[in-house]
Amino acid sequence: MVATQPELNHKIQVVLVWGNNPPVNLTLLKSLPNLKAIVNGGVGVDHLEIALINSFGVKVSNTPNVVDNSTADMAMGLMLTSGRRIIQGDRFSRDHKDGEDLDESLLGTDISGGTLGIVGMGRIGYKVAKRAAAFDMKILYHNRNRRPEEEERSVRATYCPMLADLLGTSDFIVVAVNLTKQSTHLIGREQLSAMKPSATLINISRGMVVDQEALVEALQNKWIRSAALDVTYPEPLPRDHPLLSLPDVIVLPHMGTHTLETSGHMVQRMLTNALAAMAGETPPDEVTV
Amino acid sequence: MQEEEKPWALISEVGGDNGYLEELVDLMRQHFRIILHKDLQSDPHLHAAKIQVMFMWRYLPMAESSLLRSLPSLKVIAGAGVGTDHLDLPFIADLGLKVTNTPGVVSDATADMAMALLLASARKVLQAHQTTVDPKTTQMPNGLMGFEVTGSTIGIIGMGDIGYKIAERSKGFNMNILYHNRTRRDASAERSVGATYCDTVDELLRRSDFVMVAVCLTPDTAGMIGRRELSLMKPSATLVNISRGRVVDQDALVRALQSRTIHAAALDVTHPEPLPRGHPLLSLPNVIITPHIGTQTYSTARRIVKAMVDNALAALTGRPIPNEVKPK
Repeated sequence: MVATQPELNHKIQVVLVWGNNPPVNLTLLKSLPNLKAIVNGGVGVDHLEIALINSFGVKVSNTPNVVDNSTADMAMGLMLTSGRRIIQGDRFSRDHKDGEDLDESLLGTDISGGTLGIVGMGRIGYKVAKRAAAFDMKILYHNRNRRPEEEERSVRATYCPMLADLLGTSDFIVVAVNLTKQSTHLIGREQLSAMKPSATLINISRGMVVDQEALVEALQNKWIRSAALDVTYPEPLPRDHPLLSLPDVIVLPHMGTHTLETSGHMVQRMLTNALAAMAGETPPDEVTV
Repeated sequence: MQEEEKPWALISEVGGDNGYLEELVDLMRQHFRIILHKDLQSDPHLHAAKIQVMFMWRYLPMAESSLLRSLPSLKVIAGAGVGTDHLDLPFIADLGLKVTNTPGVVSDATADMAMALLLASARKVLQAHQTTVDPKTTQMPNGLMGFEVTGSTIGIIGMGDIGYKIAERSKGFNMNILYHNRTRRDASAERSVGATYCDTVDELLRRSDFVMVAVCLTPDTAGMIGRRELSLMKPSATLVNISRGRVVDQDALVRALQSRTIHAAALDVTHPEPLPRGHPLLSLPNVIITPHIGTQTYSTARRIVKAMVDNALAALTGRPIPNEVKPK
């Protein structure tokens, strides 16, 4: 629209961003003189240059909280699907030949009683802990800040001041941090080689939190057993990327919030933020640098 | 114990589809000398009279009359898992044999499997993964919407050990938990997981987003989920079966899925196992079928074998048997 109907540009007060589209770049910002807000669907805003956008007098908002349950559910879904070999089992049911053997690859890893390491215990990480506690999992977590004791006790989680503290003992590791400069490649060769060979890495944060080349190396050399990724970089991966053909790797198209209910809540929240901006108020979910 | 003192036990095979991992057989070898079924068959006169225990794993060796009658020293059939619907218990008891199973040790793994099937189905993990990793895919399934698990309603049919553990796990997702059981659980057990008793299965079927079948297979439960029950379910609902294939009328399930009477099914058990290639269930969308691996994890397999060994040793030494199964 910005390109094809420029006479409408002055009318646009809000740009709604969904699935990182439309890309918010200099060209867009310069062509919308009355723009008040970039209203993002989703909580991650690593794809938006907030300082640049603010310099045009434009606010940025996201949709925190409403995404937490479905994203935590997705983390559990990935852990259980991977741990109990659901994809391999289903494939065997459909493709097996007469008298073909159940491979040892179908033998799973117990979730109940296993150790879960949560990297990033924000709202989403905490909800993952709550769900995992119901499976009697032992929970270790690493976070910039320690949670209050009652919150730890409520999900039976033990704080690890260093990320390294949870790498060697976790059967499953869920990465649930924001993507920032500090968290880029937080999980790299060093971390992957410290993990148990039987462990599974689950990433529901952003692709770039994990050093993807190191992950490929780790899987090929069996430093870890498997990976389950809702996020990669880029999204989608090129069709010949090794992650797509490694056994024991689940790759999903960034669908942690893809339920009708949550998508509906996100859109409602976006509207709340958009209407506030248009009324000249601060959007309730404004994100600043 | 000296090797010569150890009693002899018959097992199916090591490795392969229905065989044991080597390390599991080593657990048995601590207390027993092991004969493989194929070795028994190739030289019955050498081995048959020695065998006092038959361990059954994934239904093998089959407890057929001809086999049982050929083992004069056999005292106990020690099975893996909790179901005994595949055994003719009165017949076996008439032969003077004891039967044991392994409840308890399988409950956590089976409850986990139930939740895995529920989540994988609800969030369309298999479809999304298959499209995403396919080199020929040009368009990502970005509009593929799943069903919200948090806050949804699960109806658990059969609230035994396993059903209750499913309820505990569902509570972590803030699910609304309904259940039906032959006998109602006591109030504190209900309160502890926030479960609501449904007097009738019908009520549970009408209200549930996920119908979870966790009963034993008995003459009463065979076919209990049929055309009528499926028609009472919500069109958006999912059937999850971790009990036995025959608890569900499979033909009725096929028709219900084809006509969109229900949305999806996730089954760890079918009838038969495995399903023949070309079976309609295998070509329906929104269906997950796993090859009865509900208890199949490294740790649980070890616990099962240890329990089988304990049961068998107790039977041979006349001690109280931890998990004896008697005909009704």
